[in-house]
Amino acid sequence: MTDTVEHAAKTPDVEQPWAALGLRGDEYARIRETLGRRPTSCELAIYSVMWSEHCSYKSSKVHLRRFTELPDETPLGKTLAGIGENAGVVDIGQGYAATFKVESHNHPSFVEPYQGAATGVGGIVRDILAMGARPVALLDPLRFGPADAPDTRRVLPGVVAGIAGYGNCLGLPTVGGEVVFDSSYAGNPLVNVLCVGVMRHEDVHRAHASGVGNRVVLYGARTGGDGIGGVSVLASETFGDEGPSKRPSVQVGDPFLEKLLIECTLELFGEGLVAGIQDLGGAGLSCATSELASAGDGGMHITLDRVPLRDASLTPEEILMSESQERMMAVVRPADVERFLAVCAKWDVPATVLGEVTDTGRLVVEWAGEVVVDVPPRTVASEGPVYQRPYARPQAQDALIAAGSDRLPRPAGGAELRETLLRMAAAPNLSAKTWVTEQYDRYVQGSTVLAQPEDAGVIRVDADSGLGVAVATDGNARFVALDPYAGAQLALAEAYRNVAVTGARPLAVTDCLNFGSPEDPGVMWQFAEAVRGLADGCRVLGVPVTGGNVSFYNSTGDTAVLPTPVVGVLGVLDDVRRRTPLGFSRAGAALFQLGETRDELDGSEWANVVHGHLGGVPPRVDLEAERRLAEILVAASGEGLLDAAHDLADGGLAQALVESCLRGGSGARVEVPEGTDPFAFLFAESAARAVVALSPGAEARFSELCAEHDYPVERIGVIADAGPDSRVDPELELRDLFTIPLAELREAHERTLPDLFD
Amino acid sequence: MARVVVDVMLKPEILDPQGQAVQGALARLGFAGVTAVRQGKRFELELAGEASDQQLATAERAAQTLLANPVIEDYRVRVEG
Repeated sequence: MTDTVEHAAKTPDVEQPWAALGLRGDEYARIRETLGRRPTSCELAIYSVMWSEHCSYKSSKVHLRRFTELPDETPLGKTLAGIGENAGVVDIGQGYAATFKVESHNHPSFVEPYQGAATGVGGIVRDILAMGARPVALLDPLRFGPADAPDTRRVLPGVVAGIAGYGNCLGLPTVGGEVVFDSSYAGNPLVNVLCVGVMRHEDVHRAHASGVGNRVVLYGARTGGDGIGGVSVLASETFGDEGPSKRPSVQVGDPFLEKLLIECTLELFGEGLVAGIQDLGGAGLSCATSELASAGDGGMHITLDRVPLRDASLTPEEILMSESQERMMAVVRPADVERFLAVCAKWDVPATVLGEVTDTGRLVVEWAGEVVVDVPPRTVASEGPVYQRPYARPQAQDALIAAGSDRLPRPAGGAELRETLLRMAAAPNLSAKTWVTEQYDRYVQGSTVLAQPEDAGVIRVDADSGLGVAVATDGNARFVALDPYAGAQLALAEAYRNVAVTGARPLAVTDCLNFGSPEDPGVMWQFAEAVRGLADGCRVLGVPVTGGNVSFYNSTGDTAVLPTPVVGVLGVLDDVRRRTPLGFSRAGAALFQLGETRDELDGSEWANVVHGHLGGVPPRVDLEAERRLAEILVAASGEGLLDAAHDLADGGLAQALVESCLRGGSGARVEVPEGTDPFAFLFAESAARAVVALSPGAEARFSELCAEHDYPVERIGVIADAGPDSRVDPELELRDLFTIPLAELREAHERTLPDLFD
Repeated sequence: MARVVVDVMLKPEILDPQGQAVQGALARLGFAGVTAVRQGKRFELELAGEASDQQLATAERAAQTLLANPVIEDYRVRVEG
């Protein structure tokens, strides 16, 4: 029988499986206190999923406040929507706005790599869509176990195929991201995905249900048993054996339906038929109804029997919990309902009126003519539990910091440096990621200006003016492990720099914070420090955090993954025709290095690849310098001074030279500046640096620009032989040290992933 | 010579977008009265000799690890003919 509100009130002593649903004793007691009775099984299902870490941010909330305390202003003015909305929205000029957000789909992608990654893409695309924007691009920051581990052969190809399968079918270009290998991710890959959307200012939509009497419409896919692992406990323990015994927790995506959903939703916006909107993601209907209601007039009444089902045997608890993909919920004025349904019908998208907005302050759900849920929606969605988890710097941190890389043997002389460079260029983390990125459609929609392996993805927004956006994601977890505060700032600095080297002005930040268990004080310390570092960093750079996602409980066995805050930065280019690519292409162009190289190799890729070593302190952070460097790069690009530019990060200058030479098909003749140690010159990972190739005749003005910004700059060489039509085989030459033909370099750099995964 | 057939179907609760697309096409083309379509795969493994228990166990293992994805699919191994 159905556990109605009336029945619950009469049977206070019924045992309920709150623990199996992941609730704590005090949380269950709090639900009883809020309701003044025991919850019905449907209510218990709603609270348990909405109060989960994933939906409630109960362990992270107290720290994330640092982001909301930042000024809600980008360098171009007030943000149009910030944290708390489905995604942040920023003004990019000329009447356009951009929205972007990064999310994780880590655990589902380990269980079923293809579908896990695919539905991760689908989820973030609906978040962007719900803001009123047309999704225009994706980026995928990925972390896997060791490249040669047997399980990586299962997980990586599945994840990549899932992203490609969903994104390509949807017609969305994947223009950036990362692929990083580390043994800590062996049992817990990180699959993050960032989506960018573009709209006009007046088209921004918010998630709230207001206007008493407005209808609540569910549209999109029919509801099935996707993603309801936990709630089956309710069916089996409370209601005997009539329900289906076991439900799959694997969600399966349908990108073709999502494409219809995008076009349908954009037409609904265009016709002015949407008063409020929310996508259905984690926690499905429970989340959409309670969040819409608590952000609006405070009440909603829906009839659950009307939800179109794929599987008629679903119980009401399961319908409320289902994470079936490709669904949206809209609030529609009664006079518009008919036209709303007609637009949905035109796009072949099922749509159903479930109920209406009320002013009762209650979320009421009916099933089979009886009330099964009657709760104050705010207690579900926004006023859930908040924890001050204990955190403490782990004792082992001191030993980690003390074990610096200075005792590791370094290569000496030209032959050893040459061998080290080739070895690093071929290491999985630094090798070409073409095997991955060529599976993604990078150019669909015809607006891609730059895509991987460029430092940032650049998308044209307005074909007439050339207005465009640039987006990059970065995160060096090895640095974060050594010092979470500085490491998170280095991630921010790198993404910021990667946007700036394309010539774009960085505007705003989204972050995906992937950590271990919040119940481990050491992990919580990493988290708190990383958030503090990011917030302080954003303040210095003058960019807001407009949204993001926290993913806890990432571990391989009992060992947490490396603390991995992934930072996405969005920037704007007034004219994408002025963007700076990274490939060296014009022979004779002078090469300059911006910034200061120090002997900073702790946590570096060199220490990792050559010695399997992690210890010491990460490179020094100087955000004031990062800001000036970005100003120089943006100004130089705008004035047409640059042929190419590349940020220096993992692998140091050596890696940047490898990538820029191979990308442009040109060699380079590089000279180690006097008084500099060749090894540090090539492999140190000092921040706030970039290498640039100047346009003809730009040298005087460029030097002046650097002087104006009081920025260290040094000529390090020249681009040698251009392209395939040259008769000389191009080479990378380090004067007095070594020479490597590009063909040899290419073989080393580009064979690694195909050899592992083909 | 024996033939082992492995039938692979998505588990009943798993969404089958291909099957749904076929169902939609059937209706559009006038094949009335079809209320649901599920699409699966069929593998025919030709064996060198008779279908011994050992051979069947091998086929079972192949189905489990390669032919089907047991996270989202069911499979059935049988000898034909």
